[in-house]
Amino acid sequence: MSEPVIKTEKLTKRFGDFIAADALSFDVMPGEIFGFLGANGAGKTTAMRMLCGLSKPTSGEATVAGYDVYRETDLIKKNIGYMSQKFSLYEDLTVVENIRFYAGIYGLTDKAIREKSEALLDQLGMTHEAKKLVSELPLGWKQKLSFSVAVIHQPKVVFLDEPTGGVDPVTRRQFWDLIYDASDKGMTVFVTTHYMDEAEYCNRVSIMVDGRIDALDSPQNLKKQFSVHSMDEVFYQLARGAKRTAD
Amino acid sequence: MSAVRLENITKTYNKGTVSAVSDVSFEVAQGELFGLIGPDGAGKTSIFRMLTTLLLPDGGKASVDGYDVVKDYKTIRSRVGYMPGRFSLYQDLTVEENLAFFATVFGTTIEANYELVKDIYRQIEPFKTRRAGKLSGGMKQKLALCCALIHKPGVLFLDEPTTGVDSVSRKEFWEMLRRLKEQNITILVSTPYMDEATLCDRIALIQSGKILSIDTPAGTVKSFRGNLFTVRSAEIYRLLNDLRDYENTGTCFAFGEHLHLTFAEERAGQEEDLQQYLRQKNHTDIELGRVEPGIEDCFIQFMKQ
Amino acid sequence: MKQLLSFVRKEFHHVFRDRKTLLMLFGLPIVQIILFGFALTNEIKNAKIVVADYSKDFSSRRITDKIEASRYFDVEKNLLSHEEIELAFKEGKIKMAVVFPENFGNDLLHLNKAQIQVIADASDINTATTLTNYVSSIVADYQAQLLVNNSVPYRIMPEVRMLYNPQLKGEHTFIPGMMAMIMMLVCVMMTAISIVREKELGTMEILLVSPFKPMMVIASKLVPYLLISLINITSILLLSYFFLHLPVKGSILLLYAEGLLFILCSLSLGLLISTVSQSQQTAMFGSLMATMLPTLLLSGFMFPIENMPLPLQVISNVVPSKWFNIIVKSIMIKGLGFSAIWKETLIIGGMTVFLLALSYRKFKIRLA
Repeated sequence: MSEPVIKTEKLTKRFGDFIAADALSFDVMPGEIFGFLGANGAGKTTAMRMLCGLSKPTSGEATVAGYDVYRETDLIKKNIGYMSQKFSLYEDLTVVENIRFYAGIYGLTDKAIREKSEALLDQLGMTHEAKKLVSELPLGWKQKLSFSVAVIHQPKVVFLDEPTGGVDPVTRRQFWDLIYDASDKGMTVFVTTHYMDEAEYCNRVSIMVDGRIDALDSPQNLKKQFSVHSMDEVFYQLARGAKRTAD
Repeated sequence: MSAVRLENITKTYNKGTVSAVSDVSFEVAQGELFGLIGPDGAGKTSIFRMLTTLLLPDGGKASVDGYDVVKDYKTIRSRVGYMPGRFSLYQDLTVEENLAFFATVFGTTIEANYELVKDIYRQIEPFKTRRAGKLSGGMKQKLALCCALIHKPGVLFLDEPTTGVDSVSRKEFWEMLRRLKEQNITILVSTPYMDEATLCDRIALIQSGKILSIDTPAGTVKSFRGNLFTVRSAEIYRLLNDLRDYENTGTCFAFGEHLHLTFAEERAGQEEDLQQYLRQKNHTDIELGRVEPGIEDCFIQFMKQ
Repeated sequence: MKQLLSFVRKEFHHVFRDRKTLLMLFGLPIVQIILFGFALTNEIKNAKIVVADYSKDFSSRRITDKIEASRYFDVEKNLLSHEEIELAFKEGKIKMAVVFPENFGNDLLHLNKAQIQVIADASDINTATTLTNYVSSIVADYQAQLLVNNSVPYRIMPEVRMLYNPQLKGEHTFIPGMMAMIMMLVCVMMTAISIVREKELGTMEILLVSPFKPMMVIASKLVPYLLISLINITSILLLSYFFLHLPVKGSILLLYAEGLLFILCSLSLGLLISTVSQSQQTAMFGSLMATMLPTLLLSGFMFPIENMPLPLQVISNVVPSKWFNIIVKSIMIKGLGFSAIWKETLIIGGMTVFLLALSYRKFKIRLA
């Protein structure tokens, strides 16, 4: 068994008296699709920021891609990818300009960038659209491009923040094909969402309530444990008791 | 008389180059809870805006409560309640101030129609002196619903009320809509979430400005052609690829932790054949069974046509 | 009516709960005037003046002492001839000269009235005005003292001469220009932004889908900014009086009435901008382009219009601030009445009507 890619031990973040993330302990294995669920205000964003090296934990330990979240945040940033539904692509740049920009951020050489862009366009079947503005693309394509750009530097972990909200069912499945493919190649996929249908696609999911992780298992086992038929009901049973209501 | 009626409504943007709604017709009966279901960019908001007289249709006719959306726009404006998709209230006013303001705008008071919003307002009343910007997503939504209801509208238009709201609040919200329906208010609601479809009386599935189907949720599911199977094995992604290569596969999609599959051609022994094929491909822990299609399966099938 | 009131109340909530913007709205004029005041004081402190006392009697010495005692002036006592004084001005050595004529003492004693010549370099109009104002007030002060000691009313008349710019042409004193700029900023930008904010929030959709008249939405939005602007005029006038020693020579009531008209004009411009912008950024940028730049460059505030190339002079006629600038200068500095400014008033009034009519036409009762 290989080493976990994300490993946290009692990871905690306080803002004054408020405990945003309360002693989180979990491991995520290479190639795993890990769902990170919770209601608004449950602490998902705080936890994810700590793992991405954007926010210093108050106490506890965590490593991402083998690097410490306190001291090695620069190395973490080099080894992770990030995609949120809204902000990943520049609408007023062309497809190929976006690709080059992101490749450039991660310090790829000019030659590597050119090769990468071509390979990527080919793989996405978007060679003819290379010079089109991103704003002209259909939503589904944007999303695929967005994901491909997020993993252009072949990170060990990619964080997806509510990646498929508002997308039609066919496009959504094409998107999950990409995720499965990435995971098949050994990339760890960390998905935060509060939509349960997305959760069912994950290998394992954790559910946060009021800053704590209240459940962590495969969707199948969780459904068995709560004797219900859908993740939605599992979530409902857990989150109903939540005290926090802040966004 | 139908509460809402659309006949061949068409709407384009950018001087006719972008088609948002094309030739849409449907009717909503008095007191019905009608869902408009489709992804972002399907044309839901355009339809809502035409019905609430905020946009003029390029073609076709539409009426609300029997009034024409173009000619009688003033009458319609005083009769409908509307909650736009990006509606987020006045963040710097308190809960109470927001509600009182909208009541006055519609020429009424909170007291006059308190009965109607009572159930919903009670849930946010403890926070009535809090500014709307400091409320959680679910609470904002309840307040917005109160504001849209405060003048006792005959028809209520809710454009994606549950987008960006967590699952617990979504459940509560639909519960509120059910109770409103009992008060004989006609409700048109739009949502990109297929799982909310079953909570409506009737639904229209919409994609790229065109209606795919209009029926009750049960009727929509019944219209699914062929049988739907659920398949899983130890390696789900390899299974997906192998199934897509299989000669008798019609469609195959990931569906939660399972795959949903239809056969290209229904024939005797098809399931055994498939099991055989998968064993050849060295899949283990194979599960194969029939499953009832959901709205999402139907949507995919309609889209593929 | 009740609807309108509740609407106006809501607007006040918006304005008063946004502390930072509120502070900016009220603080801006104060900070501007104080900064300007300091800059001016500095210039005056360093200004050399010459006192040429040909009379050398009791009164002229007392006045000279008073001028010397003031911490503002760097006084040189020197019996310069008129030619020498002019040369000193030309070489930029002095900013002002105070000349007591030979018969000053005699005239004062026997005729009960005398003249002092105050000559200033009016090419730097702000300094010149302040310096001459200062000397005039010192003289007036002394005159009042004489009256207390003697029951005979003595009159000392400072005869002010502005060198190089005798008619104060292209006069660009700071206060009128700044008044115009601040009112433009508050009225145009804040109105435009607050209306566009409702579009962004989505609340405009609800207000449109309500029986409330769209024009009422607009009207009620204007009220708070009208009030804020009136307060700003007051604080500018108070500061300019107490801090810059620049009193309003004409009718204050007339000044407020003209101010109100200019505010209405600015509000209608803000309204027009709001009807054509979809985002707060566009509204802000549009307002800046439509207000700040023309007010700074084309209203005669910073650069005299007479010195501009003809095309710019023509364009400057459509800038409301230009006309308001003239009005304020006439009332505040020259002390003129309505008969002198009715034309400018009419022009601003006409612009207001035009802008209002245009925004009414442009205002959409639908979204697109």
